[in-house]
Amino acid sequence: MLGWEFPPHISGGLGTACFGLTQGLSRAGVEVLFVVPRAYGDEDTRHVRILGANQVPVHGLDMEPRLRESLETRLLPGVERVLVEERRRRLRTLVSECAPATAGAAVEPADENGELIELLRTIAIDSSLLPYQDDEAYVQRLRLLESAGVSAARQDVDQLRWQSREAVETLARTLREAPSLEQIAAQVEDLRRNLTGGRTLHFSGAYGSDLMGEVARFALAVGEAAKREQFDVIHAHDWMTYPAGIVASRLTGKPLVAHMHACEYDRSGEHINVRIRDMEQMGFDGARRIICVSHYTAKMLRTRYRVDRAKLRVVHNAVTHKEQVAVVHAEKAIPEPIVLFLGRVTFQKGPDYFLEAAARVIKIEPNVKFVISGSGDMLPKMIERAARLGLARHVHFTGFLRGTDVERMYALADIYVMPSVSEPFGISPLEAMALDVPVIVSRQSGVSEVLTNALKVDFWDVQEMANKILALLCYPALREQLSSEGRQEVRRLRWEERARSVIQVYEEALR
Amino acid sequence: MTSVVFYFQVHQPYRLRRYSFFDIGVHDKYFDDVENARIVRRVAEKCYQPMNDLLLQQIERHQGKFRCAFSVSGTALSQMEEYAPDALESFRRLARTGCVEFLGETSHHSLAFLGDYEEFDAQVLDQAARVERLFGARPTTFRNTELVVSNDVAKRAEGLGFSAILGEGADHLLGWRSPHRVYRPESCERLKILLRSYKLSDDIAFRFSNRGWSEWPLRSERFAEWVDGLPSEDSLVGLFMDYETFGEHQWRETGIFDFMEHLPGALLRNGRVRFETPSQVIRSQDAVARLDVPYPVSWADAERDLTAWLGNQMQRAAHDALYALLPSVRLAAKAGRGDILEHWRKLSTSDHVYYMCTKWFADGDVHKYFSPYASPHDAFITFMNVLDDLARRALAAAPAASVETPVDPVAPAALLQRARAEKELL
Repeated sequence: MLGWEFPPHISGGLGTACFGLTQGLSRAGVEVLFVVPRAYGDEDTRHVRILGANQVPVHGLDMEPRLRESLETRLLPGVERVLVEERRRRLRTLVSECAPATAGAAVEPADENGELIELLRTIAIDSSLLPYQDDEAYVQRLRLLESAGVSAARQDVDQLRWQSREAVETLARTLREAPSLEQIAAQVEDLRRNLTGGRTLHFSGAYGSDLMGEVARFALAVGEAAKREQFDVIHAHDWMTYPAGIVASRLTGKPLVAHMHACEYDRSGEHINVRIRDMEQMGFDGARRIICVSHYTAKMLRTRYRVDRAKLRVVHNAVTHKEQVAVVHAEKAIPEPIVLFLGRVTFQKGPDYFLEAAARVIKIEPNVKFVISGSGDMLPKMIERAARLGLARHVHFTGFLRGTDVERMYALADIYVMPSVSEPFGISPLEAMALDVPVIVSRQSGVSEVLTNALKVDFWDVQEMANKILALLCYPALREQLSSEGRQEVRRLRWEERARSVIQVYEEALR
Repeated sequence: MTSVVFYFQVHQPYRLRRYSFFDIGVHDKYFDDVENARIVRRVAEKCYQPMNDLLLQQIERHQGKFRCAFSVSGTALSQMEEYAPDALESFRRLARTGCVEFLGETSHHSLAFLGDYEEFDAQVLDQAARVERLFGARPTTFRNTELVVSNDVAKRAEGLGFSAILGEGADHLLGWRSPHRVYRPESCERLKILLRSYKLSDDIAFRFSNRGWSEWPLRSERFAEWVDGLPSEDSLVGLFMDYETFGEHQWRETGIFDFMEHLPGALLRNGRVRFETPSQVIRSQDAVARLDVPYPVSWADAERDLTAWLGNQMQRAAHDALYALLPSVRLAAKAGRGDILEHWRKLSTSDHVYYMCTKWFADGDVHKYFSPYASPHDAFITFMNVLDDLARRALAAAPAASVETPVDPVAPAALLQRARAEKELL
């Protein structure tokens, strides 16, 4: 599985889903080789002890010398021990999380040498990719890594962009035009030399100097790993891993299953990044089956990418046990009810519709606080908008929340609103519901397909959104109904169930 | 001799339009006239008219040996008067044959019995007068909304002058006893109770078109065999169902009309069966035993209880808020605002709380089928918003100062304060 790890400070999202799904699959007896991009030296990973025993040193890719040294002298000797400990820890977590739900059923206690240990293995590929980066964010992250002691290409960025873009286009063409396996391998070899060899010395750094370059570099590294490992199906999550999935599939002949969590149209509306869209299309074309997180997404793939209906399967996301039984108590210091928006403050999440609804609510009931938690490119505009709508006293911006602050914020809220313009799934309402907070979700979301104990509204219908916020504020029976039934409902959304559907998709892909 | 009693329920609620918080205090056009007219006309065309014609033919063909009973809710009568007068006329034609009995119920198909006795009596008496006016005979048999019966309901109906009540032949009520006998409710002196034979009724009302059913396709001869095959002590078969079974729930294409056209002949053929109306049964049969109905039993869902209307917090809150408003609505009516009382009564129709039902599994499908809302929560929000507006209007028509016991209007501010108080308690 070409997935994403569970970073400590990102709410919801891809990593969480990958984590839950691999757990569910392991429970169902599927051996998962979990391949993740991970940047050493980054603050995210400084405390993460797990390091793949079969760490993939990609031939020909020069590693930054200091990093290599630290890897070899300090980390590697401890790797085996750390890995085993990590597996045991995960296994224990796994078993303890599964146990309450299967009460009565025979759950084998965690045997440290037991079979389950072998089912989930992680390979970390040295890469600075994070899900849903754009070019700008990627370059920013490179700077961050540099300051943390990892040097990347320090050359003229424009020049590098041009070069790596060319590399990606070559890669895409190679994969799309489907020559024989040998040809692909040769082309990949060429490409790798091109990217790393003498002419482009700028790439001697650990990471590609722009996003597409890094995606291609990651694909090549995964290809290397794939040649050495045994597996039956390649399962890739979202566009950044699709090229890697295709390379691995071409090199090994194993079928690719693409998993679609969010596509470019979800993130950017009509103003898409064409290169990303092309990568997505490449993944859909190269995959034998595509798992969509909702019918909403499946429809998007049919209409926007002309994907054949026969390839599409819908498997909704679920919730890990930790989220299902979240218990956070937060002391509320103000008497006013709090209506919460929590998520990236971007076009996709619809914060502007939240503000419009807030303005309508405030006209009728001024004693309500609206909170926008999160950061994003629309944040400055939203602050200005709030002031212009005369909401300055009523709307509060908390900025980006980390760790337990996220859960505390949910716990403080009286109503959670997810007004997304386009949300392939959207796991955050489930987190709110687990904490007894009644939620309003946009109908343009995948999660609205699985929820019954949530109020639903079209994101553009701000009058109706305000109506529903007011109804929740004024009618306690509605709140109680939604929070008590909602908590039960969230508990029923289990990854173990979803894993069964995913296994079916694997079987189809292998046929 | 077995008496077969057909009773058909005719009902249409006044469905609400989308009424948002922002409509409160702005207008009192609560009801969706366009949608209501559309539905009533459609049902009249697909069900009431063709089925009334069919029954009329049967009465003529069997020269009075075929008989049946109807209960038509006041809200259905009003909407037929307005949107489908021909359908109403065809019911009156049936009444003139003398073979069709019209029963009594609450004028607004309400749960008033659970909310307010005085209101219950008023609605029942209103409806009785209207039935007499329209169909020529004052009803002597009572059927409560959704066939809800208890010792108390029966006693109340007896006090209002009825001599029979209809009820559900629920297993948990009867135990080992047969639903095919006449009983007397524990609380009553004279009044008799006629029970629905739920198995035979549902064979027609629910299973008829089910291709997965082992008896599909059901023919009238087969059904007649089942009735003939009942033990000889079974003196009564109550076939009680929604009239919309014919042409709406079961489409014409299922053959339901053909089935009904041949059923009377098939049942009369052996001479062991006769058709009677409830009041005829009351005259011809004595009660064989007492029947204790300590808690309300209905004909709805698998549970046969009240959970379809008052099963969750939203439903109970809406019901409570509705009846809490009644004193102030009465004052408004006394002050010359009868329209406010009539609005309130239209809101008392049980369908409004039925739409808020959250019993998703098994029964949930049926609820969804009948609901004009996307979700039960939307139903609740709309209803409460309307109620809020009505509360303000009632208060304005008869200021609270003149109310002896302080009225608790469901004004949003009040509710918000209460919500805050609750929150502080937590």
